[in-house]
Amino acid sequence: MERFRMIFQYFQSSSESVMNGICGLLALASVKMYTSFDFSCPCLPQYNMAYGLGVMFIPPVILFLCGLILNRQSLVMLEEWRRPQGRRKKDLAVIRYMCSSIMQRAMVAPVVWIVVTLLDGKCLICAFSSSMDPEKFVGFANASPVQVQQLLAKVPCKDNELLRNSTSRKAVSRYLRCCSQALGWSILLILIIAAFLACWLRPCFNQAALLQARHWSNYIDIEQKIFEETCCEHSRLFAHKCVLHFFESMRKEIKLHSFSLPREGEGAEGEEYPLRGITDQNQVNKLLKTWYYEKPPLDVSQATQR
Amino acid sequence: MDKFRMIFQFFQSNQESFMNGICGIMALASTQMYSAFDFNCPCLPHYNLAYGLGILLVPPFILFLLGFVLNNNISMLAEEWRRPQGQRGKDAAVLRYMFCSMAQRAMIAPAVWVSVTLLDGKCVTCAFCTSVPVETLGNASHPRLSQGEMQRVLARIPCKEIYNGQELIANEVAVRYLRCISQALGWCFVLLMTVMAFLVRSLRPCFSQAAFLKSRYWSHYIDIERKLFDETCAEHARSFAKVCIQQFFEGMNTDLVATRCHLPRKAPADAGEAAEKLLGITDQGTMNMALKSWHRCKPPLNLHPAALPTGNGWAGEGQPPMHPSAPRRETAAYYSWV
Repeated sequence: MERFRMIFQYFQSSSESVMNGICGLLALASVKMYTSFDFSCPCLPQYNMAYGLGVMFIPPVILFLCGLILNRQSLVMLEEWRRPQGRRKKDLAVIRYMCSSIMQRAMVAPVVWIVVTLLDGKCLICAFSSSMDPEKFVGFANASPVQVQQLLAKVPCKDNELLRNSTSRKAVSRYLRCCSQALGWSILLILIIAAFLACWLRPCFNQAALLQARHWSNYIDIEQKIFEETCCEHSRLFAHKCVLHFFESMRKEIKLHSFSLPREGEGAEGEEYPLRGITDQNQVNKLLKTWYYEKPPLDVSQATQR
Repeated sequence: MDKFRMIFQFFQSNQESFMNGICGIMALASTQMYSAFDFNCPCLPHYNLAYGLGILLVPPFILFLLGFVLNNNISMLAEEWRRPQGQRGKDAAVLRYMFCSMAQRAMIAPAVWVSVTLLDGKCVTCAFCTSVPVETLGNASHPRLSQGEMQRVLARIPCKEIYNGQELIANEVAVRYLRCISQALGWCFVLLMTVMAFLVRSLRPCFSQAAFLKSRYWSHYIDIERKLFDETCAEHARSFAKVCIQQFFEGMNTDLVATRCHLPRKAPADAGEAAEKLLGITDQGTMNMALKSWHRCKPPLNLHPAALPTGNGWAGEGQPPMHPSAPRRETAAYYSWV
């Protein structure tokens, strides 16, 4: 627990760290999701490709959208984009910077899913086993085309009676897996080279404008947070005043309606501060009923002038 | 737990320690990746070499570039390299030092992958099974096969379940031979890397140690300066935002008071701290208007000099330091006029 708290505190130290932390968590979640997902190829000619490609591409879309949703900055960016100009000019460079940083972070988990899928190979074997050329593999040469299609479609299912020990099935499976892994490593290589070049070449292009965009995007984020904190504090005080005012008005009403209040208790308000003049069961019940049926208006201007 | 916390704090204490930590994590991650990766030799004549060498060399390259990308200092290095000279000279030795130290750290994870791969033996077995010396290792009485046929048979050595060349050369013999070579290569590689690291470490003080100390100092300095600048900017943004929001609420208050038909009976100077904290907004309609105005008409990024907090020493703002009581006096005068 201590360990998690420290890691948590480290990531919370700045909002960029928070976003990097979320991005990392989503990537780990995507690997975990893939390993716990029970991939089961339908092994039927028309369904294989749909299933295989579906499992490869639909979860990345979901993860991408999750990455956008969980990132607080996307709301801030949308708000900044849609707000009317008013007295503050809008800087498109800042909005572009925020958009690109959000997209980069949201793309990590989908890419991890796709790469893990390709390196594992099951999806591609399922999707493309029916598209293999039967002449390359000796076991399928003697069957009719329809039978060949069906046999090829059954390749991903190892526990099929006909094909369990067939060397051609293993050959097709191995070939497709090899292609899938090569594709996975190539995609990873291309992405890493792109990231590396982006890191190296970015300072060559307009570094000052980038520093400005980054500063003002941080500023907008901080300003929004401080505004929310100020509003929270204000609403706390407002609520405090409103509730106090309600108790006061209830006390006055009770005083008006009951003639048997002891005279000497009136001046001792300081001593009955927590009870505020509500000292028996009926009064409390009346107060609670009034609070439910007739909430006070949202107006403490009378209260603040006392 | 205390031990863990100490280790964590130690690594965070400066950038170099932090990068050493990341480097260690990546080395562990590379062994984990290797064991999780399902090596699957194609067992076809020309594909074997491509696959085997690909798995041996492509992931290390990826890990090397990843080591650079994850290193925060790379953008710092690129920035320092490309910045205009201005009033501060550029020292190529510092840039070289930064690049070398980054490259050294980035080399560790790839070296671990290559060592683990070679010591495990599957890659080399897959890549070079067609080059096994059949004359020395094979059975004497093997049938004569054409070159192509022999290649195809030998290519199946890594795949035991489909290997059909037992008369040509026993599978066990070939696998053991290739594995032995692979492990020998692996140990030689580890030895070579260690010797090189040892030489670099121990011989460096013999060559221009003073220049080295200078480069190291200034590269740390650049790193710390950049961090401090970022922190200062963040602090400035925070103060700026606070004052901006305060001025926004004050502006709202002014507008409200100007448009209200009846003025508050008592001077708000008597209302106390709570009323001040309520920022003059005391009912639902006003609050709604404030929120709407915040969205529709954000205040300009331009703080009024009167409301700036004094004593913070912001020389950069260009405002002359204010007398501490001047703003308060001004505000109180305004209220009592109202």
